[in-house]
Amino acid sequence: MLSLSLREVLHLIKTEQISARDLLKKCIERATSVRELNAYITETHELAWSQVGLAPGKSELAGIPIAVKDNFCTRNIPTTCGSKMLDNYVPPYNATVVDRLLTSGAVLMGKTNMDEYAMGCGSIDSRYGPVRNPWKYKFQSSARSSVIIQSKEGPTSGGDWYIAGGSSGGSAVAVATGTCFGALGSDTGGSTRNPASYCGIVGLKPTYGSLSRYGLIPLVNSLDVPGILTKTVDDAALLLRIIAGRDVNDSTTVSESLHLTDLDDQPSVKGLHIGIPKEYNAPGLCGETRRAWEDVANALETAGACVSLVSLPHTQYSINTYSILCACEVASNMARYDGIEFGHRAEGNNMSTESLYAQSRHEGFNEVVRGRIFAGNYFLLRKNYRRYFQQALKVRRLISDDFTKVYGDGVDVLLTPTTLSVALPYSKFSMADNRTRTAEQDYFTQPINMA
Amino acid sequence: MAHIAGMFVIRSNQICSRLLNRQLFQCREKFKLPDKPEWIEIDPKALPPETVLDDSTIQLIERLSLVDFNNKEGVERLKSAIKYADQLCVVNTEGLEPMYSVQEHEELFLDEDVVREGNCKQEILRNAVKVEEDYFVTPPGNIPLKQKKLFDKEGS
Repeated sequence: MLSLSLREVLHLIKTEQISARDLLKKCIERATSVRELNAYITETHELAWSQVGLAPGKSELAGIPIAVKDNFCTRNIPTTCGSKMLDNYVPPYNATVVDRLLTSGAVLMGKTNMDEYAMGCGSIDSRYGPVRNPWKYKFQSSARSSVIIQSKEGPTSGGDWYIAGGSSGGSAVAVATGTCFGALGSDTGGSTRNPASYCGIVGLKPTYGSLSRYGLIPLVNSLDVPGILTKTVDDAALLLRIIAGRDVNDSTTVSESLHLTDLDDQPSVKGLHIGIPKEYNAPGLCGETRRAWEDVANALETAGACVSLVSLPHTQYSINTYSILCACEVASNMARYDGIEFGHRAEGNNMSTESLYAQSRHEGFNEVVRGRIFAGNYFLLRKNYRRYFQQALKVRRLISDDFTKVYGDGVDVLLTPTTLSVALPYSKFSMADNRTRTAEQDYFTQPINMA
Repeated sequence: MAHIAGMFVIRSNQICSRLLNRQLFQCREKFKLPDKPEWIEIDPKALPPETVLDDSTIQLIERLSLVDFNNKEGVERLKSAIKYADQLCVVNTEGLEPMYSVQEHEELFLDEDVVREGNCKQEILRNAVKVEEDYFVTPPGNIPLKQKKLFDKEGS
């Protein structure tokens, strides 16, 4: 039952072939048994039981378990962003997208693990420990030998495992292991699509402005979008339809230009123009990914689509642009964490506000976050503003224009890999620092965030 | 015998040739990526020289950031971030306007000037570590951060 899609399970509940309570019980058993993967920071099973009792069978989501990344505010449930800074933070309100899911009848399984403040591409930089990919994972607990994804060989060395991708790794693992049927993530530079790809599920980054960011603890306000992780594309469309739309609390949401269509039962790709951006054939692209890319292009061509090479000339500079914009906006967004109104407050420091803030923030943030704040403030200095921040914004326009031109020339869909390589073993991934890995693995996903 | 063998050879050649042609035909139909990546090598001479960070700049950034990161490791990280960002200077952006938002052409709505929520003092205060008589508590302000010279501190 847990390997069915959301739509299939919803059909079973609505036709009373199974009950939402039985489904929840199975999901909780599964979540308990795969705890080793460290997908959840906070499990809310008690809450889920109380919610499933209240969810009427006629509601849209009828008691389907979902999980939410830990940077979405959830009323009276700790929301930590994977960081010590918000270890003790309990929001008094729900994020809009969470609220819409719960009002539609979904039940909350828990808050999932993530890279600290969504900065990272492996979900290994969390205060609560790294998230492990369930594929080829050797469970330590003897009770769990047959549940997941069997494989004859484990990862490379004793005790090693594959990374889940990031920064919404916990959400991806929660869906992939069947503990829930849909999860919310966030996508600033690929943080939903990267772990979805590594865990073998579907990750959707909706267009900026189609989902409300109210309640999503911000990383980069002009790039953040809440993301949806599910087993199938159909499920992602179902959830998108429920949570998309204008929100009075987020003035960047638009609903006039939002068109959600239904596909035919037997969709056809005849006549669809698919573009393959040649700049995405980047140095470091692994053979397996490249072959898969070619195979999909050929399969689509055989099915009647028209596949051709297109050009996005400024792709090469997009990761540098992203690194500057990200650091600058992070420096601004992280300024709210002073430990006074909420969050971690250093003890025993009464010398001055500046000294207290510096100590609280040093203790609360990890090196990745501190490094980005530092760099961001450097780029925003008066003497550097034009050279870095403004230059990055201008290159952003070039990148956006590349996409506009390609779509204007008749391309309907661009087909690209998600990451340069398949999921790496943790031992290999952790040999390079966060910034290097982000520069590699976010390469394909972040250009469209900026456009 | 030789004649039969010859026929056999000719026949098998014909079969092989047909199979090969079919394979070639399939290869011609298949989409193939270019063999080499399309990458523009950045000429190191076109890049600016490595930035030298003086003490006063580091201390200024530390005062702005307040993360206590002005140590050797923090400065090395910063230098590598700057070096990475410097690669953008080779891109010609003359005459372009900065793009602050993807919604620059959208008409976004303004909120009505109506009070929708309030009277939630306890909710707001409950997340603060130190509260006194419904006030947030801080040490005295307007005292500049005491900063040590850069290489007095090693490590984090």
